[in-house]
Amino acid sequence: MADLDRIRWHCRRGLLELDIILERFNRQHLATLTPGQLEQFKELLELDDNHLLDLILGRDTLEQDLLQPMLSMLQAA
Amino acid sequence: MSISKRQFDAVVVGAGGSGLRAALQLAEANLKVAVLSKVFPTRSHTVAAQGGVAASLGNDGEDNWHWHMFDTVKGSDYLGDQDAIEFMCRKANEAVYELEHFGMPFDRTPDGKIYQRPFGGQTRNYGEGPVKRSCAAADRTGHAMLHTLYQRNLRAHTQFFVEWMALDLIRDAAGDVLGVVAMEMETGEVMILQAKATLLATGGAGRIYSASTNAFINTGDGLGMAARAGIPLEDMEFWQFHPTGVAGAGVLITEGVRGEGGFLLNKNGERFMERYAPTVKDLASRDVVSRAMATEIKEGRGAGKDGEYILLKLDHLGAEVIDKRLPGIREIAMKFANVDCTKDPIPVVPTCHYQMGGIPTNIHGQVYVPDAGGEKVVHGLYAAGECSCVSVHGANRLGTNSLLDLLVFGKSAAEQIIRDIGSEKAQKELPKDATDRPLARLARLDSATSGESVAEVGAEMRRTMQLHCGVFRFPDSLAEGVRKMLAVAERVKHTFIKDKSKVFNTARIEALELDNLVETAVASMISAAARQESRGSHDRSDFPNRDDVNWMKHTFWWKEGDRLEYKPVKLKPLTVESFQPKARVY
Repeated sequence: MADLDRIRWHCRRGLLELDIILERFNRQHLATLTPGQLEQFKELLELDDNHLLDLILGRDTLEQDLLQPMLSMLQAA
Repeated sequence: MSISKRQFDAVVVGAGGSGLRAALQLAEANLKVAVLSKVFPTRSHTVAAQGGVAASLGNDGEDNWHWHMFDTVKGSDYLGDQDAIEFMCRKANEAVYELEHFGMPFDRTPDGKIYQRPFGGQTRNYGEGPVKRSCAAADRTGHAMLHTLYQRNLRAHTQFFVEWMALDLIRDAAGDVLGVVAMEMETGEVMILQAKATLLATGGAGRIYSASTNAFINTGDGLGMAARAGIPLEDMEFWQFHPTGVAGAGVLITEGVRGEGGFLLNKNGERFMERYAPTVKDLASRDVVSRAMATEIKEGRGAGKDGEYILLKLDHLGAEVIDKRLPGIREIAMKFANVDCTKDPIPVVPTCHYQMGGIPTNIHGQVYVPDAGGEKVVHGLYAAGECSCVSVHGANRLGTNSLLDLLVFGKSAAEQIIRDIGSEKAQKELPKDATDRPLARLARLDSATSGESVAEVGAEMRRTMQLHCGVFRFPDSLAEGVRKMLAVAERVKHTFIKDKSKVFNTARIEALELDNLVETAVASMISAAARQESRGSHDRSDFPNRDDVNWMKHTFWWKEGDRLEYKPVKLKPLTVESFQPKARVY
């Protein structure tokens, strides 16, 4: 639980666009993510705001394919 | 409850551009500095600034600070203080060169100078034509600035308290500020951060509006803390709006859409801009377009279930033109409005973007309260950036002046702190009631078993601001807005959260943020209802003109008794002749 609360706060960003997308994603998925998915999500949240938004909006692509499944979920949110 | 205490020379609340710029100056002077931030510093809202920093470097065509000063005074609609504006414009080049030396990756000309581009409102020779004054790092200027300043702060050993929320100022009987009480989000632990100097750099409070471009963290924490500590808020009726944000989301739709031939429709499918601006129509200036949109909505011709938005039609441009000329618009419309804009119009609404008012400061970043026509400095308290009102933006801000503001006044406040602290060897003794107010706020939230929902009261506050104190203001509506907002403020005193846990309790943080937002909202509504003129961003249907005889003055709202007080605009610059008020036409 505490871990999810921490993640939820880490979804507070400097860019409004990310606030909106991440909040929507959390509402849809956060409670049901597997431990592996949570780790991927946390890793994506470590990215800079502009880079993360570029990835979600498809203006940029990931260097690490491992995170692609989680990114796809974010893109669909 | 025993509360731990740590002592610093200076505590900086907020780690956006102004907080980081100030902290760097302080740390490099070997002061012991703590910076508190709700989020990781490079995730501050400064990261969203795209435009650039204004400075009259003259790297591509002649330019000088006096022209920049003229533009800023005019842009402020003559509400800006001319001493502060002269100060800022004269310091601009130095501020940019410093940032360059810190490693900021500015765009370059082929011969290696900082590349400069034109920006709205920035002109040469006192309004003759556009000038290239904006220094940018691609469209990521704020992002690059934050990273540059954060790295420099690490090198200078600034101590960061990341994911800490400042709750309240500590003020003693003499009125001096002796630090803050803050909460660590990870543990819920409350701590006193005692300091000889406290700098508020908490940014704007644009989240008081339901349509806002501001990130969720922009909750006016510094404004709330100042108001509760008995410090007035200045010029809070002035908020800059952008005509086209996605309704219900706030994400901006570039004005380029209308430039490329998109246009606005009301619920009847009427292209209403033809009535308001028959020749230029949808290409009229921002304020004209915003006013027309607000009027359509107010008169019941808005689209949507509650008639709350306007439709931006661009499907007639065709998918090919949209993709070529307006890259990214399709994704934005789909993601944030759930609309395929090659087929359907985008719901848009005038959207709050920037706060011109704030905590009253002089050009040295010292917070003051108006006192018998003068300014009485609050010892130990400073403010810089969007949360402060110095006032360089007056009634409206020019693009690229906000990043300049936070660099110049972040540094200036730090220099004043260094001067002030130099003569102070020891910390003052803390008052016995130092933690009473914040602990009472927390205890109320912890003990309440029923009450108002934070989400519902927050939504009511945002709706009330949007409806009654938006981009275009109507007298009956403002009066009703004041009544409604005072009722909202009463409800905020009775908020209740179910989750009482200590670890990253977002519900509790949001309840504490709402305490701050509502102070800002009340200040804005009451200040707006009282100002009987139109000036800059404050646009009233019943007083359509600027009134320099009666209203060339700053508003101060005091929380206690919702009292208003006024102080004349400083027309006298530091060294040059004053710019006398003229009609603001572009």
